Amino acid sequence: MRGPIRRSPDVRVLAGVCGGVSRATGIDVTLVRLAFVLLALGSGIGVLAYAVAWLLVPIEGETTTIFSRAVNDRRGIRLVIAIIPVLVVVQIVAAALHVGYLGSFSWPLFLAAGAVLLIRRNASEKEKVWINSDLVPMLHAGSQPHHRRTLVVRTVLGLVLGGVGVFFLVVGHPTSAALRPVGGALLVIAAIVVAFGPWWLSLVRDLMAERQARAMAEERARMAAHVHDSVLQTLALIQRSAGDPQHVVKLARTQERELRSWLFEGKPPGTIGEDATMLAEGIGVLQRQVEADHGVTVQVVVVGDCELTYGLRALLEASREATVNAAKWSGAPQISLYAEVERDVVMLFVRDRGRGFDPDAVSEGHQGIAHSIRARMARFGGSAEIRSSPGQGAEVELTMPRRELVR
Amino acid sequence: MTEARRPRVFLVDDHAMFRSGVRAELGNAVEVVGEADEVDAAIELINERVPDVVLLDVHLPGGGGQAILNGVMSGHPEVQFLALSVSDAPEDVIAVIRAGARGYLTKTVSGEDLLQAVYRVAAGDAVFSPRLAGFVLDAFANEATADIQVTGFDPELDQLSPREREVLRLIARGYTYKEVARDLTISTKTVESHVSSVLRKLQLSTRHELAKWATDRRLV
Repeated sequence: MRGPIRRSPDVRVLAGVCGGVSRATGIDVTLVRLAFVLLALGSGIGVLAYAVAWLLVPIEGETTTIFSRAVNDRRGIRLVIAIIPVLVVVQIVAAALHVGYLGSFSWPLFLAAGAVLLIRRNASEKEKVWINSDLVPMLHAGSQPHHRRTLVVRTVLGLVLGGVGVFFLVVGHPTSAALRPVGGALLVIAAIVVAFGPWWLSLVRDLMAERQARAMAEERARMAAHVHDSVLQTLALIQRSAGDPQHVVKLARTQERELRSWLFEGKPPGTIGEDATMLAEGIGVLQRQVEADHGVTVQVVVVGDCELTYGLRALLEASREATVNAAKWSGAPQISLYAEVERDVVMLFVRDRGRGFDPDAVSEGHQGIAHSIRARMARFGGSAEIRSSPGQGAEVELTMPRRELVR
Repeated sequence: MTEARRPRVFLVDDHAMFRSGVRAELGNAVEVVGEADEVDAAIELINERVPDVVLLDVHLPGGGGQAILNGVMSGHPEVQFLALSVSDAPEDVIAVIRAGARGYLTKTVSGEDLLQAVYRVAAGDAVFSPRLAGFVLDAFANEATADIQVTGFDPELDQLSPREREVLRLIARGYTYKEVARDLTISTKTVESHVSSVLRKLQLSTRHELAKWATDRRLV
């Protein structure tokens, strides 16, 4: 794909810059990466270039960059400005204690902290996931209670070791004058904590409240999606089958059960395999759904079982499509679904003994369905074959490789 | 198939509703010689009347279908059993087959299919539902490498031939024997002989999977 450079979400190690460059220029991504690494090792310019690209190049599918968002992030900029008093105090104290290096460190530190804050606030949701997934392993120590305890132990140990180190440093230069900057530094830290602690705490609390609000908004969106998938769909089905009271009762009861299990047991009503992890389990879900929605018997036979990959989920979706088609069009009261897990592939057959059709002369509507089954299978390297003739029923044969395709 | 004589059928099921339902479905095509709703009465009556086919509910109070199989097969090996069940657990199905039943059907089977199955069993053939075919494919699925070391592998019994595998696959896909025959361009008789051979393997094989299913039901 040629065109403007976009950071690639698919081909990424850090922020997807090299992947993006590779896509825009057609140069192999490994070569691009190598160039960046060499530039970074040689003069450091590679690191700078990468960072600038990260901030100024949007992710594929997005229009704004981190930089453009950060410039418009007033609250974030105010937060950064709020750090300035701390900086000023540090400078003053450093000057008073004649420890110049403390002062010279604080400026770059301030800039870095400000940049990190702004970037973190203005990264897109996708990017936040990336950052988390890259950083979490590093910060893993804090995520669980017993890890937290080891974190405390390690911190204390580090402090003790640091203290001993400082002690030896001081002993190395046995003049009391050398103690002065250390004592001074400690004093400064203590002063900052006492003076600015509460203010910082309130800032942190603000941030937490903001995060909570965001989490709530996400939850609401997820809930809306679930209600749409389950309740609204069922209501539509009920409207359509108003003439068949028995079917309506069945639909209502199924929906009630699903809703209850969602509200009181926390099980989200799912499309196929949303919570199923194994093939046979997913087929069971499919069977129950089609039987409940279309009033047919689906006779399921599964030989072997395996974990669901993306390809196998697509296989399930395609086989549901095939089963629903059979339920709708064939007129047969029973549909056979047979799946067999082989070493390299999973084969799935959906068969009915209904009225059948001529696959070469099907109407537009059927054609579309056949295509949607075929396209779905083909996307993951699978295939679909449809066999039928008028009066002879129909059989759909689906084959999906078990191993994921390497992109 | 012995079409000339109506097969004599005996019903064993603890639900009177189900027994009368089956009676109605089979109608005049068979002669129902008796029925029973518990193990001891069933053994006594079957041994007394010696029917051609016993339609046997797998789950019965007082020992289940296997107890009846054991109580009849020793004295009257000519009596054929066809298991009917609502259960789809492989251990249940495999257990009654290994105890001597000639076939297995789920209770949701249509009257026509049931009748055909009764005739088939009466003629000494095996009856495989898609579900049973699936279980067998499952049990004989992988190369029995583990079994070679453990039990001594007998290729005659512990392995399906490619043809048998094909036949079972088609049955599992919902094909009738006739459709299987057409698809593989062989005669229905040949399909029947393949299925019977599979049944024999199912009953005699010492494959680990089968043995495990059997011990789960304390059969061995």
